[in-house]
Amino acid sequence: MNPGIALAATAHHPGFLSPTGVEITFVLVGLATLGAALLTVTTRQLVHAALWLVVALGGLAVEYLLLTAEFIAWVQVLIYVGSVVVLLLFGLMLTRAPIGRSPDADSGNRWVALGVAGAAAVTLVWVVVDAFRATWINLHGAVQGTSRATGTSLFRHWVLPFEALSVLLLAALVGAIVLSRRDDGGRGSE
Amino acid sequence: MTLTALAALVPLLPFLGAAAGLLLGRTAPGFVRPLAVLPTAACLVVAAVVAARQGTGAPTDAAHRLATTGSVPIDLSLHLDGFSVLIAVLVGLVATCVQVYSLSYLRDDPRYPSYAALVSLFTAAMLLVVYTGDLMVLLVGWEVMGICSYFLVGHYWETETARAASIKAFLVTKLGDVPFLIGVFALASDAGTFRINGILAAAGEGRLHHPTVIALLLLAGVAGKSAQFPLHTWLPDAMAGPTPVSALIHAATMVAAGIYLVARLLPVFTASAAALAVLAAMAAVTMIGSGLAALAQDDIKRVLAYSTMGQLGYMAGALAVGDRDAAVFHLLSHGAFKALLFLGAGVVIHAAGTNSLTAMSRMGGMGRRIPDALWTMGLALAALAALPPLSGFFSKESVLRAAEHASAGHTAHVPSAVGWTVLVAGLAAAVLTGAYATRLFLLAFRGSGPEVPDHGRQPATMTTVLWVLALPTVAFGGLAYRELPDWFGGTGHDGLGPVLLTSILGTGLAVVGVLAAYGAWQGTAAIRRAAPFGAVVAEPADAEPALVEAEAMATHEAVYGDIASAEDPGDPGRLLLGPLHRPAAHGFHLDAVYSVVFVRPVLAAASLVRFLDRDVVETYVKAAGGTPGLLGAAVRKAQTGNVQTYLGALLAGAVVLAVLVAVGT
Amino acid sequence: MHLAYPAVLAALLFCTGIYGVLARRNAILVLMSVELMLNAVNLNLVAFDVWLRDTLHAGQALTLFTITIAAAEIGLGLAIVLLVYRNRGSSDIDRLTALADPAGPGTGGPADPGAGADQDEPGATAGDEKAEATA
Repeated sequence: MNPGIALAATAHHPGFLSPTGVEITFVLVGLATLGAALLTVTTRQLVHAALWLVVALGGLAVEYLLLTAEFIAWVQVLIYVGSVVVLLLFGLMLTRAPIGRSPDADSGNRWVALGVAGAAAVTLVWVVVDAFRATWINLHGAVQGTSRATGTSLFRHWVLPFEALSVLLLAALVGAIVLSRRDDGGRGSE
Repeated sequence: MTLTALAALVPLLPFLGAAAGLLLGRTAPGFVRPLAVLPTAACLVVAAVVAARQGTGAPTDAAHRLATTGSVPIDLSLHLDGFSVLIAVLVGLVATCVQVYSLSYLRDDPRYPSYAALVSLFTAAMLLVVYTGDLMVLLVGWEVMGICSYFLVGHYWETETARAASIKAFLVTKLGDVPFLIGVFALASDAGTFRINGILAAAGEGRLHHPTVIALLLLAGVAGKSAQFPLHTWLPDAMAGPTPVSALIHAATMVAAGIYLVARLLPVFTASAAALAVLAAMAAVTMIGSGLAALAQDDIKRVLAYSTMGQLGYMAGALAVGDRDAAVFHLLSHGAFKALLFLGAGVVIHAAGTNSLTAMSRMGGMGRRIPDALWTMGLALAALAALPPLSGFFSKESVLRAAEHASAGHTAHVPSAVGWTVLVAGLAAAVLTGAYATRLFLLAFRGSGPEVPDHGRQPATMTTVLWVLALPTVAFGGLAYRELPDWFGGTGHDGLGPVLLTSILGTGLAVVGVLAAYGAWQGTAAIRRAAPFGAVVAEPADAEPALVEAEAMATHEAVYGDIASAEDPGDPGRLLLGPLHRPAAHGFHLDAVYSVVFVRPVLAAASLVRFLDRDVVETYVKAAGGTPGLLGAAVRKAQTGNVQTYLGALLAGAVVLAVLVAVGT
Repeated sequence: MHLAYPAVLAALLFCTGIYGVLARRNAILVLMSVELMLNAVNLNLVAFDVWLRDTLHAGQALTLFTITIAAAEIGLGLAIVLLVYRNRGSSDIDRLTALADPAGPGTGGPADPGAGADQDEPGATAGDEKAEATA
């Protein structure tokens, strides 16, 4: 859509005090997602962190759905919840992460980290709210994120990056193999 | 060949010899000795030919300008007159004798090639000084002589004495050379030329604006080079060099360069009565002081060194009374007999195995061991004491006569007080000269005690040289005094011959000195027999003479407690000098005075500079280096290696930048 | 729907990720935090794509790419973490201080951070032994 329509939509947005149902749902799911994310980065049990990450990523998939991007939502569930978190759990197990509470899950500079993150959050939220407080997303009309629309644009306009991405994935595959291969000969000679 | 070309050959020959000797010294040792002797001998022959052809004729001048050098031109110029050609012959003769003598004296020395080359180079430099007609070129020769003297005095650089003596000789003469250089420049800027003829013409026309300052500045250099008070202290110590070096440099030639320079530039000095008075005072103090010191020395070569200073004092005195003929006459005759004395002393030291007169006086039969040295040194000592009819008598007589002439006020430009000073000092020095010459002879050759160990006959090259030099010692004065005024250009003087009054006074006083010394010697004979005293260097008979001398010098201080004197109650000098003996033996403690006045302040200043450098300047340097070091250490503390810290700082910075941008726009 | 909701949610998620990256000690937890940050960006991309109704669907295409790249990143990252763990016996980020400037001779005091790096060496060898034992 051209910006003119968006600006026209902006002109008569309903305001924050009369939320729509979609908005209420979005905010509630968003609060759950944010809470799960905060638990992910603060919990002292490493495996729980991975599980809270699942909740956070799943919440995000719901948010995608609410934003009418259904294909992205399913990809999110498949790839993140289905494979990435599983990989992370494998990593935790392979590095013999302690099960149960580990008191030293946070490093010494957590207060610095808290300060930086807080400052960044205040800045970002202030800027974003200042910029977009009157911006309205029109979710009605043609659905923006159907699988059809996404597939069409992906294979019509984004074919070349898509294929390049497959090469990138291949390189990452090879790199992961090379990195994790146990080089017995090399170690024996050390 | 023209006269000019021949004259140019004279300094060139020894110079080429020196260059060849230095180049071939290591690769072709067989050529070293011919290269040392032959160029010098050839140079003597050429110098004699030049002298014969120049003769009593008008001065010959030749100049070649290599390049224009600004406002005051410098020329390669030759100036040949009676003074220069005769002195060149003397230099050639002494240098040849010394080279021949050194063949035996330093026959086994490993450093003989460089030694011979340096002697040749020195000869070339002296001849350059003698022949040149340009002050700048003269200065080149002057400084080359200085550096050669430094190297040759330090020939035995393994010994502490020689090292100290060479540095002292260099520094003290340089102390005089710096004012000398300034004086030369002042002279040239006043006269507008470095040519000596031009300068003399300017002095004659009264165009010199600051004659006194210039003359005094030049006198500083002359005092340093010719070992006149107060810059004489290097000469006795310079006896640490080998004997032939002492003979060539410190008797006949280099120390004569200062006298020769004043003789050449005499009109510049006579333009200032103050300069003449200073020169006369210098000469008088030197004559008397050196005579007293010579009477107290124990080292035979130091006696001769002090006598050299005294004789140079005579020459300076003659110049102070404006008579350069007499000065150069004395220079010529003195050069011959003093070279003979030093070379003879080398023979004596070799035969006795010691350089101590005290030890020699306890030895019997020295005269029988070395009859050549006995006779030639006897003649030379008699000439030194100015006994007629030896050449020393005629030359010293001419000096005294000139002084007497000036004291009567008959010499133009010269105050009579100057004449009186020189005359009285010269007569007093005549007594002392007679006394120390007699003492030296008696102690060295008429000792009694155990026989001297037989070291075999002295090498023929050494004894022949003595007899060659004995000829001019005996005959030069008597034969030449009538001819010399013609050679010297006949400056309106009434000859150099002896006159009755000063002859009787001079000879009489010398005889008084001789008799006094003889009497004292007889009087102390019993003490000498009672107090045996002696340290003879035990050397195998075939040892190289130079080695014996070096060992004698090295052991003198250990045996007698002092480099210059010995605690010998049987020394006639001690009887004659009385309470003066101790200060005289130490050169009247001038070295101590210099040490207090000059050396200590310089050392203190050096330590101050060292302190400033080490503790003050260094602090700034260290701070300049240390501050970044500390900063670096502080910054390094941030390099914890913890990636999260780095990333935290990075993000914090990004946030700050974002806030700045957001607030700014 | 107001654009501010997804935008603020994305910002807060991103900052949560920042906190996790900076504060967590275990390398795998750091990787999880990185995933959070990436997802925050994805949310932004989708929201703006929907708001702008982009005909090219650039935001969604880029989201897909980001997800792919995140998958690749997590694979490589885990491989690296495993390698580090195998070599040093630990996957704690604040003990991997090989980047630290070792104490110079004489200039550094005893309180120099390089001392920490030195203390790290015995742990590394112990880790090696542990890895050997595991193998």
